[in-house]
Amino acid sequence: MQLFDPQAPSALIPVLNLQESEVERQMTICNACRYCEGFCAVFPAMTRRLEFNQADIHYLANLCHNCGACLSACQYAAPHEFAINVPKAMAKVRLDTYAEYAWPKALGTLYQRNGLTLALASGAGLAFFLCLTLMVMGNLFTAMPGGNFYGIFPHNTLALMFGAVFGFAVLALGIGVRRFWRNVSPAQSTLPLKASAALEATANVAQLKYLDGGHGEGCTNADDKFTLWRRRFHHFTFYGFMLCFAATGTATLYHYLLDWSAPYPIFSLPVMLGVVGGIGLLVGPAGLLWMNLRRNPDQGDEKQKPMDRGFIALLMLVSGSGLALLAFRESSALGLLLAIHLGLVMAFFLTMPYSKFAHGIFRSAALLKYSIEKRQPNPINAGSD
Amino acid sequence: MVDVLVIGGGNAALCAALMAREAGSSVMLLEGSPKVWRGGNSQHTRNLRCMHDAPQDVLIDTYPEEEYWQDLLKVTGGLTDEKLARIAIRASATCRDWMRSHGVHFQPPLSGALHVARTNAFFMGGGKALINAYFRSAERLGIQIRYDAQVTDIEMKDGAFVAAHVGEREVDGQLLPAERIEARSCVMAAGGFESNREWLREAWGQNARGEWPSDNFLIRGTRFNTGVLLRRMQDLGADIIGDPTQAHMVAIDARAPLYDGGICTRIDCVSLGVVVNRDGERFYDEGEDFWPKRYAIWGRLVAGQPNQQAFSIIDQQAVGRFMPPVFPGTKADTLEALAGLLNLPEATFVKTVEDYNRACQVGTFDHTALDDCHTEGLTPAKTHWARPLVKPPFYAYPLKPGVTFTYLGLATNDTAAVHFQGKPSPNLFVAGEMMAGNVLGKGYTAGIGMAIGTAFGRIAGVQAAASAGFGPSSAKSERRHATV
Repeated sequence: MQLFDPQAPSALIPVLNLQESEVERQMTICNACRYCEGFCAVFPAMTRRLEFNQADIHYLANLCHNCGACLSACQYAAPHEFAINVPKAMAKVRLDTYAEYAWPKALGTLYQRNGLTLALASGAGLAFFLCLTLMVMGNLFTAMPGGNFYGIFPHNTLALMFGAVFGFAVLALGIGVRRFWRNVSPAQSTLPLKASAALEATANVAQLKYLDGGHGEGCTNADDKFTLWRRRFHHFTFYGFMLCFAATGTATLYHYLLDWSAPYPIFSLPVMLGVVGGIGLLVGPAGLLWMNLRRNPDQGDEKQKPMDRGFIALLMLVSGSGLALLAFRESSALGLLLAIHLGLVMAFFLTMPYSKFAHGIFRSAALLKYSIEKRQPNPINAGSD
Repeated sequence: MVDVLVIGGGNAALCAALMAREAGSSVMLLEGSPKVWRGGNSQHTRNLRCMHDAPQDVLIDTYPEEEYWQDLLKVTGGLTDEKLARIAIRASATCRDWMRSHGVHFQPPLSGALHVARTNAFFMGGGKALINAYFRSAERLGIQIRYDAQVTDIEMKDGAFVAAHVGEREVDGQLLPAERIEARSCVMAAGGFESNREWLREAWGQNARGEWPSDNFLIRGTRFNTGVLLRRMQDLGADIIGDPTQAHMVAIDARAPLYDGGICTRIDCVSLGVVVNRDGERFYDEGEDFWPKRYAIWGRLVAGQPNQQAFSIIDQQAVGRFMPPVFPGTKADTLEALAGLLNLPEATFVKTVEDYNRACQVGTFDHTALDDCHTEGLTPAKTHWARPLVKPPFYAYPLKPGVTFTYLGLATNDTAAVHFQGKPSPNLFVAGEMMAGNVLGKGYTAGIGMAIGTAFGRIAGVQAAASAGFGPSSAKSERRHATV
């Protein structure tokens, strides 16, 4: 057992950075206390370890949902000299892992000023499509009969542009999460076990299990009161996003399989999915922003709020512009609204691997690892014998 | 004028305040600490010892009243009041629904605490989560809560409470004037005196070596339990119970903070190795019984050693078999080197371990049972889990006595009334550590402090409300109420 000793020379151990060392320091204290075991997956995962190497720390950091339950319940939180603040320590490492595992690696630096990254990407996306619209149409206020936006940008042009960017985003995220997975997980287990773990992890992701506080009353936000609203607003956001995605998917199928091109009528499946999803993607982020603004500043990393809020804002702009486009598609605002919507969606896709979007991917991977690992015998039997 | 004044901000105080408020009285609660340190020692607790005749949600099997009582009798060596003890025991069987109604959540035992799955119900998130829930509930019910309000004096008239005095104090750089707060009745639940260094010194005195043992004690709990109110009640002639040196006292890591070290500073490897004092000598059977049944005696054992110091020594074989300690162990590849690092007399220390190693009989090591690994011809013997310390590296953890709470308190009865010359006060009540000594004359068993605090806090709250004109007043109907 090599317990953490800040004075000990650590030449042979991979050197932890400042944020990682802080997680190690805190986990060593938490592991001797364990009062928070019932809240979430982080603490049970912690009890399977006596020491915390870099891979463990990256894993635990991404397992943490920043629900805050452990902070308000902590007997060792500041002003105690141990100054335990797990949500904050984890959040700091988590951001580092997004940057570190980003692909291509150089683009990980986009996380350093992520609010700015998103703003610039949005600006560039908007400028690009506004200019393009001007070039193609000569002005921004062209009405198209029946709201036929393919009259401005042909289907194949859009499919190619967005397909390529989206494909790149998926590839980049895939490579990133794979590197993360390989680093944190030796993952040796049998197939049936992996299948049941995957099922559980999927359920934990889909239900946001660990925003329930462990007792079903939710997480803390402004103070030590529990609330389920963060979970609910996140559900609006996540499922809103998925519905929008389904809308696009359905439209693509219509286009290629049924040879039925957009624009579709209001009561068609793609539009209905898009409308419901778009509303979810407005309500959810608005609620999350409201909670983010009211959150106890000690819960999580204050410095990441530009990243969080930038991402929330971009989501709202995407859904807002999409709904506006639908509402005014038969007016002369079509050209302008289309350019705005496409520009924002493009910005969203471009920044997917370098924005808060990545949290969902890394967290899901961490939850899967947790589900696999908890099915294996605990390597530590401290005190239980 | 407020109906019920509650002095204190821990579990017992909150239970009293909530019960009094539920009975219909107006309640003000005075917490001596700032808000960030509220909750007294309750913020460091983690479970409640519960009687139950059948499995109950997080509690497995049964833990009948008689077994609970026998456990208590054993640890206290008979220094207990059976009537009051049984009140606390019975209340523990039924109080959890009420606790839940105020936002407390229970969970199955924590990893490393499975041995109490039958007897103890754990608070999800620990005692601070419980305290937070109670404070939220108290606010919701309209209980006035004031922080930074330490009561320094109680005004009595003919054995009855008249008013509490809060001394002049500085809060956030602001000087607040002294106050006199009147109430129809009052519950005192302001803790023991363990954080009062002078009082500890006075109680423990000077030993034969000329040391003041208590100067080397660490306090596992709040720095705000200075016993100001307890001392004042003593001076006012309230009946006192208990020996001032008796306390919940365990051996903790000597590097723990002076206050509020809480649970994580415990050292759980004592039974897996040997414990030596500053002179490099063993002084007690480390394997007498399961550690959870023995940890509460080691505080006093270490207090009896020179410089109130000891070292728990293990070898590589024990690593991973006990709850991880919060501070790293001192590590060395040889016993000689370890002695050097610990500043122990090398020859004596090495001889102690080698004598022990030679005395260990070959057996079947089993930490889950009182196994047959024991020493022969060694004084003191190690009666279980005695395995030679031969596999380097060796680790040492320094020990000091850690006081959780003191048992000196106010004598009381089944109505939680404060007594003056054997006569109960009509409107002054006591709960929590200020009276736990009635039940706990000495010793400790996990979760009993919270059981006493919850039972008598609730009784005191009901009694105080009744005395202020709300609800039933006879002890009989009260007990029914408090235990339903």
